[in-house]
Amino acid sequence: MPKSLPIHSPVSRRALLTTAGAVSLSAALTACGDSGGTGGTTAATAPVSQADIDKAMSTPTELTFWTWVPDIEQEIALFTRKYPAIKVKVVNAGQGVAHYTKLRTALQAGTGAPDVAQIEFQAIPTFTITDSLLDLRPYGASALKDKFVDWTWAQVSGAGGEVWAIPQDTGPLGMLYRQDIFDKYGIGVPKTWDEFAAAARKLHAAAPDIYLTNFAANEAAAWHGLLWQANAKPYALSGKSDISIKVNDETSKKLAAYWGGLAREGVIGVEPDFTDAWFAALNRGKYATWLTAAWGPLFLSGAAKSTAGKWRAAPLPQWDPSAPTSGNWGGSTSAVTRTTKNPIAAALFAQFLNSDPESVKLFTTKQFFFPATKALLADASFVGDAPAFYGGQQVNQVFADISGTVSPGFQWPPFLDRAVTDWTETVGKSLAAKTDTVVALDQWQTRLTTFAKSQGFTVQQ
Amino acid sequence: MTAGGSRALGAAGPAPGQPQPQKGLTMTATTAASYEDPHRTGSRRRRPGAVGLLFVAPFLVFFLVLFLAPLAYAAYLSLFQNRLIGGTTFVGLENYMTAVQDPLLIQGVLRVAKFFLLQVPLMLLLALLFALALDSGLLRLARVVRLGIFVPYAVPSVVASLMWGYLYGRDYGPFAQLSEAFDLPVPNFLSEGWMLGSLANIVTWEFVGYNMIIMYAALRAIPQDLYEAAAVDGAGPWRIAWSIKLPALRPALLLTLVFSVIGSFQLFNEPNLLQRIAPDVIDSAYTANLYAYSLAFTSQQINYAAAVSFLLGLVIVIVSYAVLFTANRRRTS
Repeated sequence: MPKSLPIHSPVSRRALLTTAGAVSLSAALTACGDSGGTGGTTAATAPVSQADIDKAMSTPTELTFWTWVPDIEQEIALFTRKYPAIKVKVVNAGQGVAHYTKLRTALQAGTGAPDVAQIEFQAIPTFTITDSLLDLRPYGASALKDKFVDWTWAQVSGAGGEVWAIPQDTGPLGMLYRQDIFDKYGIGVPKTWDEFAAAARKLHAAAPDIYLTNFAANEAAAWHGLLWQANAKPYALSGKSDISIKVNDETSKKLAAYWGGLAREGVIGVEPDFTDAWFAALNRGKYATWLTAAWGPLFLSGAAKSTAGKWRAAPLPQWDPSAPTSGNWGGSTSAVTRTTKNPIAAALFAQFLNSDPESVKLFTTKQFFFPATKALLADASFVGDAPAFYGGQQVNQVFADISGTVSPGFQWPPFLDRAVTDWTETVGKSLAAKTDTVVALDQWQTRLTTFAKSQGFTVQQ
Repeated sequence: MTAGGSRALGAAGPAPGQPQPQKGLTMTATTAASYEDPHRTGSRRRRPGAVGLLFVAPFLVFFLVLFLAPLAYAAYLSLFQNRLIGGTTFVGLENYMTAVQDPLLIQGVLRVAKFFLLQVPLMLLLALLFALALDSGLLRLARVVRLGIFVPYAVPSVVASLMWGYLYGRDYGPFAQLSEAFDLPVPNFLSEGWMLGSLANIVTWEFVGYNMIIMYAALRAIPQDLYEAAAVDGAGPWRIAWSIKLPALRPALLLTLVFSVIGSFQLFNEPNLLQRIAPDVIDSAYTANLYAYSLAFTSQQINYAAAVSFLLGLVIVIVSYAVLFTANRRRTS
């Protein structure tokens, strides 16, 4: 569930990197002359032999694993049962940004970095641009491809086919809504964004204290998820240093006009999410929907207990109802650092943790993760769950179906934190202040291109 | 002898213009001189230097390792530029040239300067009033009052900001609920226009007690015979406050003023935490310190952040010096 916290929710740069991925080593090396290059530059993709793997997995080794996932020791126990020679030391270095900051520092220092680290999808490009992650192909990762939902595998793949990480959990976007409020005011579940806007106006006119939804003006991750759904391609890295930034293209402008318009009409809320006021608003019924990710349903059932039984889940409204799509918000992966001294054991651990059927299943029952593997998304015991909070609806099934519609082409910038901050100070600010959001998009674009150029990228707009 | 000793030591002591309490200095000097004199006639005259060095060595080591070394390293970092593409290059003073023209930095510095002008006079005035009231001996439950005013200082500023963040809340904060109960417009403490005032309120709440204690301690140090002499001369309580207490408080006031300069210009915790609930008002460059932090940890521009930090330090030195300079000049004139 970790991704629910907005603090780190910012999207990761993973995808960008991914593309960037092909990552010419030379550039990366110049990028950080002091990057602790212990991991060896055996960038070759020649597979490691089974004999080497057997040898490594029977040699007593201690792996360090930085993760914020609570109680992950249970999944690790499955791994150590299979490979008793390998010990895994779990370190919680914080979550999201705090974790990444420490990880980056350790990687730059060349010592103290873990062998394996928790990394959200969106953060992968930020770490591949500095050449900090190990390509897992030589350790058999490619064989896992078919186990994972296509878009999740695309998110961890580099432009040159590298496998930078193994997906652990995901957050395809859907809509949670208050059935009771919909019924009371005669609102049908909106199938398109036009219907959604009409419903927002209708509801607010009928009940001035209630808003159809809240678009958190601090939640860049949600914006990126909706861009993703709209099939926007805001970032693309080609080669190592050519980046295209199009956060104000036609698709983005459509989105900005839509949400900025609703905000200015005053028919949706724009307050920051995951604050006390926001929790109170959900409990009080101020918002009739929450556009959220697959980890949202469980989170909400804990955060808005007083509304149990009143919520239902549905897919996001669509721009083109004939071809339903969605985006992703949150979810994370396990990646192996390039500085690891035990690449084989680390790679096998990352793979086992996220692909062993028992381990993956445990993640859904203990940590309540929304899975990334096809098998689990089709597993009756997972999708058949019918929580009373949602009136017995099979919520996991709804989101499992949504996961199948997420497009695999979305990429993240290699400087995600910056993109997120700049979004908050331009687009987010315009939503909250009810100024022209389309104009704010141009400001965001300008800020990002200026930053990218100052970082040495060649920018295409 | 006493006078000679104190003058000699005084010259070797703090540089002119430093805000040392004058009275205290004289007393220390006198004592030190009288202890030292016997040795002067002995044969150990040359030793004090070497021995002294030994005594200050523990301090010097920590000072060098924990204070000067990081400072030097930051200065070194500020001369480079590290880019995602292209790596680290030596750029000399380019970071500084960029920073002095950086509108975000300038805006941040101006904002904390405004904050300083808005908040510090109010805070020090309140602290002064409380200190005088406590010292007057006319208050009942003086200890309880003193503790009550001081307690907010013991609350970590992080907790204080979270607490005030809740109190300021537009939906569920007590002020909002009160206004609604009386059918008044709900004050938006977290709006662009009010934010600086809301921050000033938090900081004042936190630090009034701290400054009050400094002033109160200075008041307690005034020798009783001065009051007696004043009483003999026929001075009333107001006259005593004006002619004895306030002049005696001067060094303490200067001290609190300099602390406040530093505190204001380094404003960070409070805006950083309120950013969470008012992201549209407090941006990543709201204060200069916040800007340096975002540069280092969000944009990963460590080198530029180091340059910005040094410039901010420079601004603080200049303002502190200006404050001291004006105060001292007024005294001598």
